[in-house]
Parts: sequence; structure tokens; C-alpha cells
Amino acid sequence: MELDDLYQDLILDHFKHPRNQRPLAEAEVLVDEENPTCGDHIRLMAKVEQGKIVDVKFEGKGCAISTASASMMTERLIGMPVEAARRLISDFVGLIRGEKEVDPDELGDLAALEGVKQYPMRVKCATMCWHAVETALNRIHPPA
Amino acid sequence: MGEGGSKHLKTTIKEEPKRPTAPVFDTVKIRADFPILNQLIHDKKQLAYLDNAATTQKPAIVVCGLCDYYQAFNANVHRSLHYLAEQATQRFDDARKKMAAFIGAPNTRSVIFTRGTTEGINLVAWSWGRKFLQAGDEIVLTEMEHHSNLVPWQLVAREKGAVLRFVPVLDDGTLDQDVYARLLASGRVKLAAFTHVSNVLGTINPVKKMTALAHKAGAVVLVDAAQSVPNRAVNVVDIACDFLAFSGHKMLAPTGIGMLYGRESLLERMDPFLAGGEMINRVDLDRATWADLPQKFEAGTPSIAGAIGMGTAATYLSKIGMDVIEAYEQKLTRYAMARLAEIPGLRVFGHAPERGGAISFEVEGVHPHDMAQFADREGVAIRAGHLCAQPLMRKLGVPAVSRASVYFYNLESEIDQLAAAILKAKEFFAHGT
Repeated sequence: MELDDLYQDLILDHFKHPRNQRPLAEAEVLVDEENPTCGDHIRLMAKVEQGKIVDVKFEGKGCAISTASASMMTERLIGMPVEAARRLISDFVGLIRGEKEVDPDELGDLAALEGVKQYPMRVKCATMCWHAVETALNRIHPPA
Repeated sequence: MGEGGSKHLKTTIKEEPKRPTAPVFDTVKIRADFPILNQLIHDKKQLAYLDNAATTQKPAIVVCGLCDYYQAFNANVHRSLHYLAEQATQRFDDARKKMAAFIGAPNTRSVIFTRGTTEGINLVAWSWGRKFLQAGDEIVLTEMEHHSNLVPWQLVAREKGAVLRFVPVLDDGTLDQDVYARLLASGRVKLAAFTHVSNVLGTINPVKKMTALAHKAGAVVLVDAAQSVPNRAVNVVDIACDFLAFSGHKMLAPTGIGMLYGRESLLERMDPFLAGGEMINRVDLDRATWADLPQKFEAGTPSIAGAIGMGTAATYLSKIGMDVIEAYEQKLTRYAMARLAEIPGLRVFGHAPERGGAISFEVEGVHPHDMAQFADREGVAIRAGHLCAQPLMRKLGVPAVSRASVYFYNLESEIDQLAAAILKAKEFFAHGT
């Protein structure tokens, strides 16, 4: 696998122009997640209304993979019902860990990150924001 | 560069005739002892191993020594009375003698085999710290310590009510010696523990001077020598420290073996660390007495092959000469610093006048993780991360750094390969989208 497959244009675009990378003043929940292997830190803020994610923002400086993953994740999650978000989180994390096959239609843009599964040392980079949002949702809406 | 192949599996180091000026250093010959270096990876790129501060490669004589041990001499040491046990014990004891000589320890009673630097420091924190520290006592550390010379002291300080104090790191990567002297003046400092050579900044600390100052203040001194014993002559009597810990795997030996030097009079007064077999004298159901030094601190079956391997590594290094190794490392470090300085947007952390071969840097627009990934693709092995020094990273204002670290088997061409990989990564992240 070539590095161009890992760092696809879409990933570089999200790395250089991250979406939703700013504080969320009216956040109901705030989660800090560390990547102990590299020291990167992400702060995730979310707001849920009537079972729907109305806003997600993130802060922190990370590598291209972690920044792009957080940026793409926030774009995707805003407006999504909490239960659907939980399924997507589980599918995406499973995909990157190489434990799950996921329908490309469900993935959409996120498929650009699939190459990460070839690089075990980078899995945590791609999944750390997803773990943060999972923790955030569990705090607001504990799973049934 | 070595040609590799089985004909090079035997060590061919011989004493070179010394010239009065620069030491003769035959890298071709040296690299033939390290077959692992001679390989092509990722679409036929020459491997350039520049992650020596993490662990060094092992010469054939050390690798083959492990095989020889297990195939010809394996037995438990200091117990059984048969031929193999005698062979194993003799080699194990020989390794201890070699290691004591390697660091200038006065005798073999003062050198304890450990699993590595981390275990050595934990041993002192547990056996010395828990016995001799009291509430209000102060422990002086520095801001540049590896987690292994920080967290053990946090634990013992919390338990005993002792207080941790820190010597700041100045902008050039040296320690603030004025603050160090002021901290020692409190009259409450029981221990000063500091690294000899920083694994992040490369800074070589004036450990001899710092030890003398601490002793004047009545403090015990521990030196973390993980990054110094591999690449310069270290003598515990000259430094005059009370404890000195280092690892085998950073000096050509296998992983899982290391050494703690301790001043005999202190070791005698300390309680054991781990308890069990090998470290006892007499055991009754309700009590036990301890074995003599150094076995008192070596519970359980040790890494026998590892210890023998570390002795072999020390002999190998001594044959080349620690002064020669240090001089060559200095030359390579200067070359690397100069090459990196040519790259726009690259910033090196650590400009101490005296520095070793660990060079941490950041590249504008390229996160260290992405940098290491690119370097790897070009065949260059470097480290990216917090380097087990998170407080220092915070001080430097970065979450992580990239680090290249050289050893005596590295070449200037490998530094060139690194510089080319950095430029390529910069270009990649600067262009497109």
C-alpha cells in the first residue's frame, strides 16, 4: 500500500481545513480524550436535543489522520439521531480495527479513512475522536 | 555499508592502531556485525535505523551468544551442583564482573542485575525511599526526566508525604543550575535524581558537579544513565553518585536486562525489593533473613542469558573503545544538526553546548506521527511521540516531537536519507488541496 492511499486528497483537505474545530459554547457535554502513544489530545463537545445530535465540535492539535477523522466525523454526526450515531460509531471503529465489514453506502466519505486499517500503529489516531463522541453520547443518553 | 550474508555473522572487531588525531573508525567492518542493518524495506529502500535512543540493534556476537547459551550451557544459577549449572553460574558471574568493570564499580557486590532502568529506579524508590523518606522531606528531580525517573518518586512521595521539587529546563535545553543550588539549600532535600543524558533534548548534564552539590547538602544521588552508558565512558566512582541505573537493550544487549549500581553501605541498610527465592539466607515459616549483596536484591531466577549478553555487549563496546564511540557519535550528531538546520520550517529542541545523539524536532505543517510515517516509507526509522516525557512536551509547547537518534553504526548517508524524507513529507503536506 502506498502512502497516497493512506493520505487521500479528501483526508488532506479535512486536515488542512478542519470542519467544526472550535469551542461549542452551549455544549451539554465535554469529553477529553488522550492518545497515550503520541500525547495528542482532543476535546469533544456535543449538544443533543430530543434524541438528535444538534451540534458537535472539537478542539486539539493532532496528526493528519486524527484531525481528518474528527473533522469528517463531526460533519457526519450533526443532525443524526443518537441511536443511528451509536451504530455508525460501532461500525466505523470496527472497520478501522479490521474487525468488521461495512457497507460502503453507509460509510460515504468516511471510506477515505479505511486505509488506516493497514497501519496498526495509526488505528488509535483515526478512532480517538469516535471514542470521545461515544463517551459524550453515553453521558447525555445512557444506552438502554 | 556491510555486504551482509552469513560470512559476516562472526564479529571481526579488532583493536585498530590508534592515530594521534582523529580515531580510526571502520563503519563497514562495524556494520558487518549488525546484519539487521543491511536490509531493504518498503520497495527496496535501504533501512536507516535512527531510533537508537529507544533501543539499539544487537551485534551477531550478542545474538549468537543467546543461542549458544541455550544450546550448550542452560541451567539455573547458584543452585544446582551439576556441570551445566556450573557453566551457567560461571558465565553469569563473569558477566557481573564485566559489567562492574564497565562502569567502574568498586566490586560486584554493588551491581544488581535488573530488568532495566525502570526497575532499577523503582528498586531504589521502594527499598531506599520507603525506608528512609519521611513527611516533609524533599526530592529534587528535573523537568527533563523520563517518566521512569518521575512516576516512581510520585508514588513514594504520596505515600510518605515527601515533596517533589523540579529543576527547570532553560531555553537551550540545559538545566537551571542556579535553581538547583537554591533547591538544595532548603536543608530538607533527601534525594536528588536526574538523568545523565536527556532522551529528548540530548543534553548532557554535569552529573559529577551536580552530585557533589547534592552531597554537600546531605542528599543521596541517583543518576539515570540509560542514555549515557551506551555511548560514553561512565564511571560511578568518578561521578561519585550513590545509585546509577541503566538498561542493557540500549547498549547492544537483549531486552529484559539492566543494571543498578548502588553504594554498598546504602544497599546494606536498605530492605529487599522483590522477595522470594535467591534473595534469602534462612527462611522459617514466620520470618526470613536476607542473602548477602547483591543477591539480596535479585529475587527469582534472573535473565541469565540476558546478563551474559550484556557482558558480551560491554566487552564488544570496550574493544572499540568508549572514547572512540563517543567521538564518532559527536561527529555524526554535528553532521545531523547541520543537515537539519538547512531545512526551512524545521525546529530542533535542545541546543545544549554538550549534547548527545538524540535529536528531537518538529517540522512546520507536518505532525510528528505523519513525519514518522513518511520517514518509514523512505526506509528511515525514527520515533514520534511524547518520548515518555509528557511534562517536558508541555514545557516545549508541543504534544509530540519527532526524534532521530544515532549510534556508532550509523552513517552520514543515513542522515541524508532522513533529510530527504523530511523534505518529501513537507512537500506532500504543503501541496495539493
